[in-house]
Amino acid sequence: MELLDKLNILADAAKYDAACTSSGLDRSGRPGTIGSTMMAGCCHSFSADGRCVTLLKVLQTNFCVYDCQYCVNRRSNDVPRAAFTPEELCELTIGFYRRNYIEGLFLSSAVIQSPDYTTELMIKTLRILREVHRFGGYIHAKAIPGADPLLTRRLGLLADRLSVNIELPSSPSLALLAPDKKKEAILTPMAQIRDGITQSKQELAVYRHAPRFAPAGQSTQMIVGATPESDKHILTLTQALYDRYQLKRVFYSAYMPVSPLVPVAEDYKPPLLREHRLYQADWLLRYYHFRAEEILDEDQPDLDPRMDPKCCWALRHLEFFPVEVNRADYESLLRVPGLGVRSARRILRARRVGPLNFEGLKRLGVVLKRAQYFLTCSGRMMQGLRVSEDGLLRHLVSLEAPALAAPMPEQLSLFDSAV
Amino acid sequence: MNWTQISCQYDGSYFGFLSCVFDCYVNREEPVEFRTPEDMCCSLYPLRAVVTDEGHARRVYRSFAKFGAEGRRLAVRTFLTCLPDRELWLWRYLRLAYEQGPAIGRNLTDPTVDKVRKAVWHLEHEAHQYKGFTRFSELEGLLVGEIEPKNRVLPLLRAHFCGRYPQENFVLHDRTHGEALFHRSGSRGSAVLPVENFQIGPAGAEELAYRKLWRTFYDTIAIEGRYNPRCRMTNMPKRYWAMMTEFQEEWDTALPEVRK
Repeated sequence: MELLDKLNILADAAKYDAACTSSGLDRSGRPGTIGSTMMAGCCHSFSADGRCVTLLKVLQTNFCVYDCQYCVNRRSNDVPRAAFTPEELCELTIGFYRRNYIEGLFLSSAVIQSPDYTTELMIKTLRILREVHRFGGYIHAKAIPGADPLLTRRLGLLADRLSVNIELPSSPSLALLAPDKKKEAILTPMAQIRDGITQSKQELAVYRHAPRFAPAGQSTQMIVGATPESDKHILTLTQALYDRYQLKRVFYSAYMPVSPLVPVAEDYKPPLLREHRLYQADWLLRYYHFRAEEILDEDQPDLDPRMDPKCCWALRHLEFFPVEVNRADYESLLRVPGLGVRSARRILRARRVGPLNFEGLKRLGVVLKRAQYFLTCSGRMMQGLRVSEDGLLRHLVSLEAPALAAPMPEQLSLFDSAV
Repeated sequence: MNWTQISCQYDGSYFGFLSCVFDCYVNREEPVEFRTPEDMCCSLYPLRAVVTDEGHARRVYRSFAKFGAEGRRLAVRTFLTCLPDRELWLWRYLRLAYEQGPAIGRNLTDPTVDKVRKAVWHLEHEAHQYKGFTRFSELEGLLVGEIEPKNRVLPLLRAHFCGRYPQENFVLHDRTHGEALFHRSGSRGSAVLPVENFQIGPAGAEELAYRKLWRTFYDTIAIEGRYNPRCRMTNMPKRYWAMMTEFQEEWDTALPEVRK
């Protein structure tokens, strides 16, 4: 089989993995090597679906012994199968990397023969890449649940980021759609990676040249919309993963119907807006000092599709507002809709020079069309602003409405044939 | 204090500009426009032709340390931006900065600082985009790339690409400003130099094969059910596309054709 066909098959099989980031690690290139990484990550292209292409995202192989119903690579699915040899994959990565097509390699794999054998194959690829080609770019590797802990450790010493996919948000769903995977089998490597990272950080503090285990942390992914969990359930789970497993990121992937065995409605559309709202809520957890319990509760188990979760929170907690720009602390500023991390930091910096007014806020880049309802500058609201409480909801919803996907307008027919 | 208003003529280089700053402060003069000898139109203001003096320029450059890290960054980088009348804005900014010292880095609501800060943000953002969107082609062991930026991003890209490919010989050509970044393998250094008439021969078979592989990968990785061209254009505006391998179907020259 030609390399081109293999790439076609194995990239096609890997594309449903949402995680494609190259962030979390700064490593400059050294003489004699090739490659560096950036803390902020770097997008090299954007595909037709608008997702960032930063790593060469491929599978080592798509021969699989499992039969997970949500997955295109399941044993019972009739698709062309292929496998990269470690040497081929390394050549390809270096060739792409030299031409600045990619930031590194995202190596995942279907389970061929056994989890141990698959992991050994991946280790072999990464070892050639790191030791023969002296590749210093970003490597994201998928840990295979069920592999020997020693093998996972060796994988983590070669890769920059490891991830174990939690796949579905609850164990009943997992039992339903991925009968060969168990919740424990997924959480065990996750805990192992967490402990490995902690230990590696301690060793590095003592010995500068201690081996680095997954220095860019670990992440995970779950599928949204294939099973009936509420947003509240998903967010609480996410928060627990951040708290207990110290993950860098949790990715959500709107379920794409790839299997006839998961029943979906005739006109099923992937819940992209829901995915978007979940990401917004995820950001609130990681950067805005929110807790999952604040964003959603028992009365409101799902995120409002009309508005972003921060606006929703603000509308339920009007007693918190207005926030005084010139006095409020960082955490309070972050709670204001329209103020992000950057704007809040700039406000802190700029108000040391003199009091801020709305004109100044506009210069700082604050999105006033949302924030104006929730802010005062030196005790005054924005001039000419008069909104009642339920008027506020309408205003905020109308702000987002154009961005939401509207149904396509249809040309009406004068002569309706379906009479 | 009323300084005499003048029209300042210099050679267009950064050191030339810094010499202007030096001379203006010495002579107590306020430039209202900056021009290079090539500018044909004349002005009603008295003309002062400033001779570039490296010693003076270095003294001015060293004085930027007084502005603090953030203030200094703006003072150094504004000259690389594509802000209209950037010299004039930079001059106004420097006047303000010498008055205020390190507080200039915090004075974000001042109109001059705001203008300069946004221009520098645009420069840095574009440089970051080009870290990803630049494409190299291999020609007999030499990597050649070409970009068409609005700002002069090459000085900002230099550390990035030299750090990333220490063992490669490469050239990155800036088509807009007629400059190129040259790098030689090992620690033999790199430089940004002006170039004229930049032309490269046809691409080899291996190069064409890699381009085909990359286009295949790029087309495969998109999920049809999530097709979202608007999102792609937001993240990667179309002005970058002309230089990118994934959008060049028939491409056997080393570099993309200039479309006029």
